[in-house]
Amino acid sequence: MGMEMERGQQRGYTTPELMICRAAKELKDGEIAFIGTGLPMIAAMLAKRTHAPNLVLIFEAGTVDSKLIDLPGSVGDPRCIHGSTVCSGLFDVFGTILQRGRVDVGFLGGAQCDMYGNLNSTAIGDYWSPRVRLPGSGGAGDIAALAKRTVIIMKHERRRFPPKVDYLTSVGWIEGGMSRKKAGLDIGGPVTVVTDLCVLKFDKRKRRAYVAEIHPGVSKERIKEKTGFTLIFSMAKVTPEPTEEEIKLIRKEIDPEKVILRRLGKF
Amino acid sequence: MTNKVNEIEDKVMEVEEAVKKFISDGCHIGLGGFTVQRHPMELIREIIRQRRRNLVLYGCSQGIDADILIGAGCVKRIEMAYVGDEPFVSPSPNFRRAIEEGSIEWEDYSNFGATLRFVGGALGIPFMPTKSMLGSDMVKKWGIPQEKREEGKDPRLASKKLEVITCPFTGEKVVLVPSCRPNVAIIHAQICGIKGTVRILGQTFVDEFVARAAEKVIITCEELVSEDMMRVEPERNQIPFYLVDAIVHIPYGAHPTAVYKYYDYDPWHYAVYIDAAREGYDSFEKYLEEYVYSVDGISEYIKKIGGDEKIERLKADPILGYSTRIRRGEPFR
Repeated sequence: MGMEMERGQQRGYTTPELMICRAAKELKDGEIAFIGTGLPMIAAMLAKRTHAPNLVLIFEAGTVDSKLIDLPGSVGDPRCIHGSTVCSGLFDVFGTILQRGRVDVGFLGGAQCDMYGNLNSTAIGDYWSPRVRLPGSGGAGDIAALAKRTVIIMKHERRRFPPKVDYLTSVGWIEGGMSRKKAGLDIGGPVTVVTDLCVLKFDKRKRRAYVAEIHPGVSKERIKEKTGFTLIFSMAKVTPEPTEEEIKLIRKEIDPEKVILRRLGKF
Repeated sequence: MTNKVNEIEDKVMEVEEAVKKFISDGCHIGLGGFTVQRHPMELIREIIRQRRRNLVLYGCSQGIDADILIGAGCVKRIEMAYVGDEPFVSPSPNFRRAIEEGSIEWEDYSNFGATLRFVGGALGIPFMPTKSMLGSDMVKKWGIPQEKREEGKDPRLASKKLEVITCPFTGEKVVLVPSCRPNVAIIHAQICGIKGTVRILGQTFVDEFVARAAEKVIITCEELVSEDMMRVEPERNQIPFYLVDAIVHIPYGAHPTAVYKYYDYDPWHYAVYIDAAREGYDSFEKYLEEYVYSVDGISEYIKKIGGDEKIERLKADPILGYSTRIRRGEPFR
């Protein structure tokens, strides 16, 4: 990841900043968005400060339409409360908003993502005796099942993009085709995965991931090397670069404390 | 389950007494709070000081509350959706190690699934339906296998983790989750009246349902006020007095987690905790000695975590409800 970082810096932005700016474009003005902790929060704040001022942000601990001043460190952070239309709890936001079908877009990260956009945030290796135990579903499993569409943002490594996730925490297209519908979920499913190398989308029939955009300066070989399943590149365009204005907003207004950006030093 | 309407006994007590009276070995505890906010930490430290064992914890998105109990060897099983301390560490270190080493039992639900288990308990019905978790491994992979559940040795362990059924009205698939009725709910609130009326400011998380699902309720609070004062604007209250068994007045009792409008989470103390917990049993035992076992009450604890100067830095801005004097992204060590 060090190489991408350097390449990005020569261009005036870092790779995480490119990811944030690209992911922000997935959120449309006037939509209701259910936002997870970390990069999704920065991207949502950026979207609201640029093209989507009327985007309604929901954080699962119980805040609706927050007018964030400071970047929350968690979806349960007191910072999520500022300017909300309602400040309630999990039953209200998961039940009467998400499960009721009012959420246009869910925005998630994960530790593993497979070719059908299924996410794992529970355990790496065997579930009962895991090599690495992760925090668990939290609201991710709910959001992935019940939002009208899902956007995913995560780091691109071979072990993080296996053909099949070790534990399916958050449902994507499950086994592709109609399998999500067969499982009983009539709406939703992942549409876009933004990584530090490229943007993946899912074809309409098989619901399998393909490369839709490649970040500037990243080679196809590198993406292949870092992915545990085969990808189709024939439709790939180049990812749009962040503007100076976007970078300024991220650094000066959205995360000046580097709450999230500092942790991405590893990127 | 009794209504505590005409209690002759005073519900207001010290934290030692609350633990002694209401939390025994093997107790099933419903946890209040969410990730880094409003966990009843001083009560939890007292549970550790009194060396309770084989506790069963129920929660949604927990953090250092569950993690410190696990690290202190108090926990037999946890049924939850998440244990992590975003933005500092995720998963919480003792939780992670305990599962990787197989030293505790666990069961994974989604946040909404875990929420509905408390809602079902609060409504007095045996289960709740949801469309969430369909198609996921939360349905297929059970932390506690059905054989073990069916043994019936633990009457409080549901006979199944969950069940997928077809709705008898519409034919849709739905997941049923078993209701949960803990022995005791432990909740930290901003304000409580002396008879037990509770006011939570900011997100309530699942706390109002955890209190209603449990048989007994312990409230720790930042401010203890007259019951009359709580009845002036009753629309601002969430938990009625007759549910509450014990009230403990502990200002800063949620440290190092945040309490909206009172104080922020403490990044410096989280760093100390996480370092100790990550390193292993010996270093975590030293942490417990320093901040739990050897500490006599909240005032001594506050001195240890940085005293008045620290409290001043964590103090919430009265409008925003959190501190503007902490820098969360800096290296804290």
